[in-house]
Amino acid sequence: MFRLNLFLVFVLVLCALAVVTAQHRGRKLFQALEAEQEKVRRLDIEFGQLQIEMSTWATHPRIEKIARERLRMEVPPMRPAPPVPVSGEVR
Amino acid sequence: MVVRRRPQRGHRYTESPILELALQGWRSRMVGLLLMGAFLVLLLRAFYLQVINNDFLQEKGDSRYLRDIEISAMRGKVTDRHGDMLAVSTPMRSIWAIPTDARTMSAEQKRQLAQLVELKVRELDARLASEKTFVFIKRQVPPQTAEQIAALKLPGIHQEKEYRRYYPSGEMTAHLVGFTGVDDKGLEGVELAFQQSLLGRPGARTVIRDRRGSIIEDVGATRPPRDGTDITLAIDSKIQYLAYSHLKAAVAEHHAKGGGVVVLDTRTGEILALVNWPTYNPNNRAKLSGEQLRNRAVTDTFEPGSTLKPFTVALGLEKGKYRYDTPIDVSPGRITIGRAVISDTHAHKILTVAEVVQKSSNVGTTKMALSMPAESMWEMFDNLGFGKSPQLGFPGEVGGRLRAWKNWRPIEQATMSYGHGISVSLIQLARAYTVFARDGDIVPVSLLRTEEPVVRGKPVFSAQTARELKAMLELVVQPGGTATQAAVPGYRVGGKTGTAHKLEGGVYANKYISSFVGIAPISNPRLVVAVMLDEPSAGRYYGGQIAGPVFSGVMGGALRTLGVPPDAPVQVAAVNDQKGRM
Repeated sequence: MFRLNLFLVFVLVLCALAVVTAQHRGRKLFQALEAEQEKVRRLDIEFGQLQIEMSTWATHPRIEKIARERLRMEVPPMRPAPPVPVSGEVR
Repeated sequence: MVVRRRPQRGHRYTESPILELALQGWRSRMVGLLLMGAFLVLLLRAFYLQVINNDFLQEKGDSRYLRDIEISAMRGKVTDRHGDMLAVSTPMRSIWAIPTDARTMSAEQKRQLAQLVELKVRELDARLASEKTFVFIKRQVPPQTAEQIAALKLPGIHQEKEYRRYYPSGEMTAHLVGFTGVDDKGLEGVELAFQQSLLGRPGARTVIRDRRGSIIEDVGATRPPRDGTDITLAIDSKIQYLAYSHLKAAVAEHHAKGGGVVVLDTRTGEILALVNWPTYNPNNRAKLSGEQLRNRAVTDTFEPGSTLKPFTVALGLEKGKYRYDTPIDVSPGRITIGRAVISDTHAHKILTVAEVVQKSSNVGTTKMALSMPAESMWEMFDNLGFGKSPQLGFPGEVGGRLRAWKNWRPIEQATMSYGHGISVSLIQLARAYTVFARDGDIVPVSLLRTEEPVVRGKPVFSAQTARELKAMLELVVQPGGTATQAAVPGYRVGGKTGTAHKLEGGVYANKYISSFVGIAPISNPRLVVAVMLDEPSAGRYYGGQIAGPVFSGVMGGALRTLGVPPDAPVQVAAVNDQKGRM
């Protein structure tokens, strides 16, 4: 009987220690999760800022200005493609 | 329980000499009672702590490790139909201080802080000299800078999370998108109209923090944050830009006081572009006036002038009183009704109904209008949505003025036939023209992107009348019409000019509103473009000269943007082509 009790006490202590480590590991994992979620938030924010930056660079007035002034582009005159010559016709 | 007897050592307990001393029985009972009493006290104490005082103690305990955290939610984005950003929120920080604590900073720390928040040390000192317990050092600080400030660990300096709204397209879409004030509250435009759906709902969670302040456990249920819904508007930012740049150029060229352009998709009723002038930059609202803020195309009405003539003519055709080629005697270019004289800008002798539209004859439309009952005219205007709010959900939208037909005098019926004595907003006018672009039915306009085209709107005219009117409107931009400058190369377009005197204090002044509303391509109309310029004062004022070129530029660009194939007859284009090569 005494031995059984001793054994049970031993098991109890073991279980208690296991609970402590499990709790500890749980918290560690939770912190890791928390850190990752924080990272998600940070990246989300960065994504938003980059979107703003992109749309600021890509505003139509800016594009038109660069196209006209730096690249010297212009709207092509509205002219239909030249008619395809009928076969045999001499141009 | 079986107890094994141990081998005896020395004497047996019962033989102990001390136990043989005879003591009074009450002493042991007394000790027993005292022990019992002590236990009872403990029990009572436990009861007191656990039951009576439980709430208070629980709260004290919680306050040492439990924390309620608010999870902030983002305000929804506003985008155009292709997903281009029109309004986006991004988190920022505000830096605030408790002055009494913050004054303990060293000179070096102050210098660092001042540098980070871009203030002079003197200005910073002035703020910290305040007697209040809370002062803002700087609001809307970028998160990176805020982290640097936090890393300095300055005494009495704290941070708070906040949001800033950006409008990448700036003044181009200012009236449509509007803006928000402090605390994410929509104040104008779509930001105000869709405040409820744009606004997010912050979430909350209860956590246990350890000694170092890091979260180690969630307690109970967490309420996830709900970000605001994104709003996808119907506008196409390319077409919006086209409209904006053409309007801006025209206002500058003709020294106009203001103006507006509306582009509608005739299949779905979507607003592809809506611009006004003057406008403002929603990112920097330091100097704003009511003039700039007004979304004229929706909130202002004007007398549309001749742009209403096609409707009178259509009614004439619809009632079977007139045909496309019915001649109308308009000589000598004047007509007298009561004491009023209505006259044409150019006197003609006899015009067909089609030519009345093409040459924009006031006398012709007056004669047509007076041959029809007032009630049928009122009914038509009502069906076209005049005098009623367009139900866009836009703040401050107006319905214009359309008086009840029973009180009309003949002169009123006459003037209304060519667009005076009735007032409409530009968006209503554009919407009314969808009847000609479609088969005589009118569609509701939509601020938001809709997926499916409207199959059948509310019928106003028959399909036959709509077809005939399309042909008449096309004559307007052809040689002999009032708006040859509104023609778009490569496409068949049609429209109507408007040159209306402005009412000032009940009297028509020599100030004008020049407008042009048109549809294209005529073979299968896709767009309605309405252009209005307020008080052009550089000499010219006719709708065809002022608003026509704007229409041509916006319509041509928009059709190309949408990839609508040109429908103009090839022969004409080929002749031009050969001329170009000669």
